[in-house]
Amino acid sequence: MPSLPDMTTPDVMALARDAAASQPHDPHLQDVDLKPAFFDWLCRMGDNTAILGHRISEWCGHGPVLEEDIALANTALDLIGHTQMWLGLAAEVEDAGRTADDLAFLRDAMKYRNVQLVELPNRDMAHTLMREFLFDAWHVEMLTALLQSGSPRVAEIAAKALKEVGYHVERSSDLVVRLGDGTDESHARMQDALDRLWPYAGELFLGDGVDAAVAKAGIAPAPGDLRAAWERTVDAVLDEATLRKPEGRFDVHRGGKQGRHTEHLGFILAEMQFLQRAYPGASW
Amino acid sequence: MSSKEWPLWEIFIRGQHGLNHRHVGSLHAPDAEMAIRHARDVYTRRKEGVSIWAVRSADIVASSPSDKGPLFDPAESKVYRHPTFFDIPDEVGHM
Repeated sequence: MPSLPDMTTPDVMALARDAAASQPHDPHLQDVDLKPAFFDWLCRMGDNTAILGHRISEWCGHGPVLEEDIALANTALDLIGHTQMWLGLAAEVEDAGRTADDLAFLRDAMKYRNVQLVELPNRDMAHTLMREFLFDAWHVEMLTALLQSGSPRVAEIAAKALKEVGYHVERSSDLVVRLGDGTDESHARMQDALDRLWPYAGELFLGDGVDAAVAKAGIAPAPGDLRAAWERTVDAVLDEATLRKPEGRFDVHRGGKQGRHTEHLGFILAEMQFLQRAYPGASW
Repeated sequence: MSSKEWPLWEIFIRGQHGLNHRHVGSLHAPDAEMAIRHARDVYTRRKEGVSIWAVRSADIVASSPSDKGPLFDPAESKVYRHPTFFDIPDEVGHM
């Protein structure tokens, strides 16, 4: 997992350049027909981790106990590290002179491609952990599938991220079980969080033309292919947590992947992007 | 949580294979499993270790600071207990 000193290494751009120079050859990067879909798909991956990472980082200094505060900050840093890799590759694919930083800090809300689930407010620890669990359970299946990606660059990022995400899902499912099957209050809060978040979870499994194009190119699985494994994990954990799976549809809220967001994303970006907007090009 | 504090755990980490576990600090956790998780998050953020031990602080038997004299002072005048009277052959190298 990256720590703050890693992320503030002064010659990080040089390190990234050196790393890029030693990358395996990946013909998908030169495929002009595939480019728009590949770029969009990489932004979806990177935007999911950027926005969830930002949301989780909001707990830094506010965690209920010191140990949980640090664990959440670690998770946030992991996700922001994944963002650097996904958006870095997106910038390479786009080949328009933009960097990962440009994509993260200078794109407006309707250009963001994250699912709506990750932009919802934290509210409390119950919502924070339930949302993380619903996402982690998808994330781990997605990255596992991407190990077999026809794009060696994508497979490489997935392998790096999977080590951390394996721990994320272990931690979040453990806490969902402990709090779901905890006190009356923790149970009620976890059930409330699940009921509120459930209608957003399904967007992770909705495919569109972009998904079809990258699936056809052998880069990524079709989103729907991950659903059965995700449901197995979620059902087992919710059952152990004595939580009731909501009966309503889980794919009510959708559109984030296409750039249609809740009102919350604008506020996140306002905070995230303020510095670069106010002081263009400012660096550490 | 303020009324029910989690118990305190002492954390020991083995830095590399072949080294001993070393005490790195303490933390609060509700049980052993979470103590290991918390230790992972609090003390191994920079890939410090290969193994973690967590021990409930309450289970550690400690000597009392007031026993310092009887416990340690008698060794003071017994320099012959230090292995400093041997010539170490050069080929042995660092000991």
